Amino acid sequence: MHRPFRPGILGILAGAGVAAALAMAIMLPVDTASADSEARFRPVDDPIVKAECGACHMAFPAGMLPAASWQKVMAGLSDHFGEDASLDDATRREITDWLVANAARPGSRLARDMPADGTVLRITDTPWWVREHRGEVRPGAFEDPKVGSKANCAACHRDAARGNFDDD
Amino acid sequence: MTRILAALAVAAALAAGTALAAGPRDTLLAGYVAEAGAPASAARGEAFFKATHSGGKPDTASCTACHTADPRSAGRTRAGKPIEPMAVSVSPDRFTDPAKVEKWFRRNCNSVLGRECTAAEKADVVAWLTGQ
Ligand code: HEC
Ligand code: HEC
Ligand code: HEC
Repeated sequence: MHRPFRPGILGILAGAGVAAALAMAIMLPVDTASADSEARFRPVDDPIVKAECGACHMAFPAGMLPAASWQKVMAGLSDHFGEDASLDDATRREITDWLVANAARPGSRLARDMPADGTVLRITDTPWWVREHRGEVRPGAFEDPKVGSKANCAACHRDAARGNFDDD
Repeated sequence: MTRILAALAVAAALAAGTALAAGPRDTLLAGYVAEAGAPASAARGEAFFKATHSGGKPDTASCTACHTADPRSAGRTRAGKPIEPMAVSVSPDRFTDPAKVEKWFRRNCNSVLGRECTAAEKADVVAWLTGQ
């Protein structure tokens, strides 16, 4: 290390360093908790993912599943929950990359509440989703003709498209 | 004067007709008809669309499972999302984007019939819905 011997500036630099470190220490946990808390999710903002994965249902926020789950979903599009949702290879790869890059962050509170090995393909099968809805939704609500499916998030969460699930 | 107006109206109608004939939907239909090697039949298209098929996936035995039997009303996906009506009179953008049309014929025919649709089946369906 070749630092100029100028205690004044060094002192300031060191002070700034400590302040920055402190700020990081405070900011980081707050950031991980709020970026994808269990009420607010970053909505899909990639135009291709939004169009292709939003055609039959809302484009689910990538942060709702771990990377391995997205990889598995994207590898099985020709039999996608009982339907053919296949894409050309280039588009499929592009979407997979985006979902994986924006998946629930390893170690985050949400990620710790889901198996990381890709065994869960449905958001509605994750432990966190099940817990959030247990006792909150009246019996038969998902089968109600106006809802029709657990995956019809927007039927109950009017602000779902903007990533807000705490609106009701 | 009346005769001139009438002549103008005829010319305008002809021009509009020509513009329509050159539209992407007609080009698409013409392509399917050429590939099929036979004229399209709207009646056959309607029957195909409303029929219950086998060979596909269990939850989607008919096109009407999502699009309903009335092409002028909105449909619904299995996840509950609304689908714009298929009738061109209500949804003028239908069958104007060949890549979109091909993508959905591929997927939906696979889901409903367990195979791709033939050019003749596509021509019939497009012909029927264009007249609706
Ligand atoms: C052709 C229609 C269609 C397209 C396109 C489509 N999906 Fe789906 N998706 C479905 C259906 C149907 C279900 C099951 C809904 C149900 O169970 O009610 C589903 C369910 C899901 C689920 C599980 C939802 C739950 O229950 O938690 C995920 C995750 C999912 N889709 C991701 C995607 C992604 C990613 C894309 C884009 C590559 C995509 N989907 C595109 C039709 C589609
Ligand atoms: C039948 C209605 C219904 C459907 C469908 C539904 N939810 Fe919910 N959800 C609720 C209710 C009720 C609550 C509890 C009240 C609240 O916190 O908003 C809730 C809570 C939540 C929460 C926690 C919100 C918070 O404040 O912490 C999340 C996140 C959530 N739902 C996501 C989803 C997603 C994603 C889907 C679709 C895959 C979905 N929900 C489908 C009714 C529904
Ligand atoms: C599982 C639900 C489902 C079934 C079953 C289904 N479709 Fe569709 N179809 C959709 C969805 C979703 C779209 C895309 C959304 C939109 O275009 O509004 C679509 C779009 C289309 C399009 C694109 C039209 C355009 O240019 O905009 C065609 C063509 C089509 N469907 C034909 C069919 C035919 C033919 C069948 C039966 C063999 C069928 N569909 C069965 C859900 C379905």
